[in-house]
Amino acid sequence: MTDPMSQATDTTSELVLSEEARIALEAESAHLAAPPHPLAEFWKYFSGNKGAVAGLAFIILIALVALLAPWIAPYSPFAQNVPEAKMPPAWVTGGTWSHLLGTDALGRDILTRIMFGARLSLMMGLVVVTISLILGVSLGLLAGFLRGWVDVVIMRLMDVILSVPSLLLAIAIVAILGPGLENAIYAIAVVVLPHYTRLTRAATLTEATKDYVTASRVAGASRFRLMVHVILPNCVAPLIVQATLGFSTAILDAASLGFLGLGAQPPQPEWGTMLSEAREFVLSHWWIVTFPGLAILTTVLAFNLMGDGLRDALDPRMKR
Amino acid sequence: MISFVLRRALLVIPAFIGVTLLTFALVHLIPGDPVLMLAGERGISVERHAELMTQLGLDQPLWLQYATYLGNAIQGNLGKSIVTHRPVTEEFLTLFPATLELSFCAITFAILLGIPAGVLAAVKRGTILDHGVMVVSLTGYSMPIFWWGLLLIMLVSGILGWTPVSGRMDPTIWMDSVTGFMLIDSLLTKEPGAFSSAIRHLILPSLVVGTIPLAVIARMTRSAMLEVLGEDYVRTARAKGVSPLKVVMVHALRNALIPVITVIGLQTGVLLAGAILTETIFAWPGVGKWLVESIGRRDYPAVQGGILLIATVVILVNLLVDVLYGVVNPRIRYRR
Repeated sequence: MTDPMSQATDTTSELVLSEEARIALEAESAHLAAPPHPLAEFWKYFSGNKGAVAGLAFIILIALVALLAPWIAPYSPFAQNVPEAKMPPAWVTGGTWSHLLGTDALGRDILTRIMFGARLSLMMGLVVVTISLILGVSLGLLAGFLRGWVDVVIMRLMDVILSVPSLLLAIAIVAILGPGLENAIYAIAVVVLPHYTRLTRAATLTEATKDYVTASRVAGASRFRLMVHVILPNCVAPLIVQATLGFSTAILDAASLGFLGLGAQPPQPEWGTMLSEAREFVLSHWWIVTFPGLAILTTVLAFNLMGDGLRDALDPRMKR
Repeated sequence: MISFVLRRALLVIPAFIGVTLLTFALVHLIPGDPVLMLAGERGISVERHAELMTQLGLDQPLWLQYATYLGNAIQGNLGKSIVTHRPVTEEFLTLFPATLELSFCAITFAILLGIPAGVLAAVKRGTILDHGVMVVSLTGYSMPIFWWGLLLIMLVSGILGWTPVSGRMDPTIWMDSVTGFMLIDSLLTKEPGAFSSAIRHLILPSLVVGTIPLAVIARMTRSAMLEVLGEDYVRTARAKGVSPLKVVMVHALRNALIPVITVIGLQTGVLLAGAILTETIFAWPGVGKWLVESIGRRDYPAVQGGILLIATVVILVNLLVDVLYGVVNPRIRYRR
């Protein structure tokens, strides 16, 4: 005897099933017709994360500002204009639209300096990430592929670097090399090196035992070819994530060093250096202090948001 | 257990030697002659120069100089400050309680706020509350804390007038330093208002130093809780009819805390780095401000000793955290 209720439910579930099956079939035929490009698939996951997309959009904006600064900035970042010093932002009484974000103690336009500061910060981020990526990947590949004493020496060295707080180590290195933008870049690159080395080594260890590597080895691939052409391309995903997050660390550390007087030196319009010059006006002229810090925070936040989104989109475990 | 502690403690040696090599290099890689630098602009005669080179051991081979430096460092002898002529170790130990007090208050603040925030976000996953906690913590994590400190001074001290701008104690209150910790000393002294003054001076700097650890702890607690809340034993507890509050606080949180405790331990370095920036802003008389000032004064023995001592503190605390972790979680102890 059949229960009319359960029969009804059965019919519905059958219907639902067939509907699902139809969608699945369609999807499969579409799949067969045109397999999704890896980039398209990546974009599908990445664009689902609103924060990450917002981060990417902001990074594009700030990169454009940095590139175009000499053409779009209203003034020269170094042009002093003492009669117009400490002028508040345009929307505050006493401000003018010719200085949208106001002027600093020497009458320099704050908006202009922030635009040129974007150049310095992004450039420092880019150079730090490039140096540490190249060095870190090479060391990680060597350690993970050659093993033995090479591995021990490299990884113990990385442990030493990691055992000192990063800002303290950067300060120590700058104290050795002397304060300045270039030396700050080297210092930060050394400080972040272990992250890339460890990541590459871990990925290399996993990949090196796989069949396709053995196959290449049997086919007579040289050590260099195995490391760079066979293994490395398969370790790229975590490195992309780390490099994005590395940008935020580099920008933040560079600003910290600038603030302590150890990074870029005045009158360079570096955001941290600007804040260090602005300290004495904290209780009297809020805009001189507020805007450079806001620039650091939003840029760092944008890279962190994008890094998180990239991690989720590139991590196969996150995909259903 | 003993073999685990020993094995872990042995790892401290290469780290310590690495740091001493770095601080040794600090003096020897700096361009210029250290004796000429000591002499300053007055200059120095050739005989006196040679005499000082011998006296400071700078005419000896580099490896011997390093061995001497390492030997002295292990005995706590880090030379004298060029500026104050006091032993570096002594200066460090006088100032260290101020940094320790600040770091302690900061991490307490971060834990007391971060763990409940993380738990709440995990339990209310996907709600506005969860998104709010995540946005705030990611912002905190991205915060340039030196700017954050300036903003707080501007708002809380400047506009609201609630807290003092700098220092550890109201200058009108005089009291003896017994322990070096203002919170304790102000309780020991009979001066009225000393304790509340100490607290008011501590609030902003602790908040600033605690911001990044707070963000890290909240994020870690949330993800650890989410993982644990999906476990079978949590479902079993729910099915048994245990109250939701008890499921979260007893069954889930206790297990989720293991990675959180590790992360808290790893914050020592973040705290001390934060102290370097924060002390500079709040004129907090601790080792961070002293280190930055020493760099500015080119007081190399102080810079060298300061970096070595701060790094040693971090290395030792990390060792302690690892050992405690092994005590709490036996699985770690037997892993090779």
